[in-house]
Amino acid sequence: MTKSELIARLAARFPQLVAKDADFAVKMMLDAMSAALARGDRIEIRGFGSFALNYRPPRVGRNPKSGDKVQVPEKHVPHFKAGKELRERVDYLA
Amino acid sequence: MTLTKAELADLLFEKVGLNKREAKDMVEAFFDEVRQALENGDGVKLSGFGNFQLRDKPQRPGRNPKTGEEIPITARRVVTFHASQKLKIAVETTPRGHSTN
Repeated sequence: MTKSELIARLAARFPQLVAKDADFAVKMMLDAMSAALARGDRIEIRGFGSFALNYRPPRVGRNPKSGDKVQVPEKHVPHFKAGKELRERVDYLA
Repeated sequence: MTLTKAELADLLFEKVGLNKREAKDMVEAFFDEVRQALENGDGVKLSGFGNFQLRDKPQRPGRNPKTGEEIPITARRVVTFHASQKLKIAVETTPRGHSTN
């Protein structure tokens, strides 16, 4: 499912709204979620999961072409942890 | 600060002009649709934010860390999230107060 398919499904679920509202709402939510992570804030969605940043300490890496050592600076990467309900519903094997 | 469904609903009320009820329902519906797609085995691609994918993991040997007893970890399907390049860059380039910064 792509973003435009998601918007179309939401628009169909809210027939009282104009189609552009679903489009704007999805963009607004994703922007707010991106901004929260960029600020270093967590996102917690009950029944779905949580997003947070994981810290990667600085390390010495290597240029795979030349073999030269390069200092790789510390960084933060976004991480998602599925909530209990999502985890259970997705795992059809359980 | 933690972003939750309540803050997202407030945002839709203030910025999109949905009424309080619609804003709350829209936020629920958004996560419900994503969850539904994943439950149906369909990955979700939200351009500019990231992709949710499904991975089928085979059974592997595990151990009860307390007793040392061997118990297999059963085969399972799990959700993984891969942040988009755009989100990764936004996270890396925003200054924040980490102790080692």
